[in-house]
Amino acid sequence: MKKKNQTSSKSKYYLVGLSLFCILLMVLSLFYDKAAAPFNGIASVTIIPMQKGINQVGTWLGDISDNFDTLQEVRKENKALQTKVDELITENNNLQEEKYELERLQALYKLDQNYADYEKTGAHVISKDSGNWFSTFTIDKGSRDGIKVDMNVMAGSGLVGIVTKVAPTWSTVRSIIDDSSNVSGMTLTSSDRCMVRGDLSLINEGKIRFEEMENNENKVQVGDQIVTSHISDKYLQGILIGYISEISVDSNNLTRSGYITPVVDFKNLQEVLVITTTKADLTGKDEKGK
Amino acid sequence: MKKMKAKRIGVTAAIVIICYLLQCTLFPHLALASIKPNLMIIVTAAFGFMRGPKEGMLAGFFSGLMIDIQFGSILGFYALIYLLIGFGNSLFQQVYYDEDIKLPLVLIAASEFLYGLVIYLLMFMLRSEFNFIYYLSHNIIPELIYTIVIALGLYPLILFLNHKLEAEEKRSASKFV
Repeated sequence: MKKKNQTSSKSKYYLVGLSLFCILLMVLSLFYDKAAAPFNGIASVTIIPMQKGINQVGTWLGDISDNFDTLQEVRKENKALQTKVDELITENNNLQEEKYELERLQALYKLDQNYADYEKTGAHVISKDSGNWFSTFTIDKGSRDGIKVDMNVMAGSGLVGIVTKVAPTWSTVRSIIDDSSNVSGMTLTSSDRCMVRGDLSLINEGKIRFEEMENNENKVQVGDQIVTSHISDKYLQGILIGYISEISVDSNNLTRSGYITPVVDFKNLQEVLVITTTKADLTGKDEKGK
Repeated sequence: MKKMKAKRIGVTAAIVIICYLLQCTLFPHLALASIKPNLMIIVTAAFGFMRGPKEGMLAGFFSGLMIDIQFGSILGFYALIYLLIGFGNSLFQQVYYDEDIKLPLVLIAASEFLYGLVIYLLMFMLRSEFNFIYYLSHNIIPELIYTIVIALGLYPLILFLNHKLEAEEKRSASKFV
């Protein structure tokens, strides 16, 4: 009996001690950014290499299963791609022509900013959030590869999210479909601004909600492109978010809202591109404010 | 004796880490309707009621801490939740028997439900997302069901490993005497 009491009181000490430790960690990490650094370092040499390994095995298995695609399918695909290439070549020629014209006109107007040419670096997605509530994932590049917090992340031609945490060899990215994500966007055609807000209840349908678009004479319709806006202080301008799939005027008659179909397939993200310039670098608002 | 203890710690750590790795790498691909099961709850709860408060709490603490490090916004948040889940389950150690599968499943389900509830309250309701019924029916309950299904396979495995270790411990203890 006595022994049992001893162990249970011992376990109470454990409970109180570990809980206090957790609370201390929370307070520390709230007020002091660097508190997480030693933990991130430990993770860099323990969990992350294992995840990278598993990821490699996964890609390898995926490659093997791809190899079993029949020749017929590949041929069919090749034919389709060939026609696509032909189409694109014609389109590209037209665009080249227009580009020269644009450059000439831009020179005339002395506009020299070109938003499309951000420098990027590729990274693999090595693991995804363990729970079902948030949409964050880990990539296999970190501060040693020059990744910094607030860098924008793309996949293909569309916006994926933003880097929220950086460790030496890995970093965590919050995707724009995450419930706590807000991105300032605008329509490409009329430059009407809106807020693109991640929503857990829409993740399954593969949509994102946008809100607070001014209800003015500018015609915005289904199929219009939404890109990141010029007023955002975290996201670089002109990155494609998606296409409007539904739009309606709010009951207050002042704003419009609706849904966007993102260009990125968030369920099957494997490789992403991290843009190595942050908005703060561009606007010159460095960390002086901090 | 010491060797046995080291082996026990090693095996426990291996189970926690392997489950965490599977949770973050394999299970996102096995998600049904973007819901994946929560292996960490199964492991934490299982160690709680099988091995008592100390191991339950430590298993919970470390699995929570790993989530915090990689995905959390503040350190220690998930660690505390999992720690308390581990402790809560250890209160049922006295009424737990190896042969009975009902109690473990009920405990795992209850832990999972409480976990979902706490996450909703702290991370969603405080951001004024009041549509509780939606989150209940689309996140908490599906995750619970999926977790129970996985637990049917995973829990016997943990139980088996625990049996083996316990048998070995007994053997080495009797040798010692």
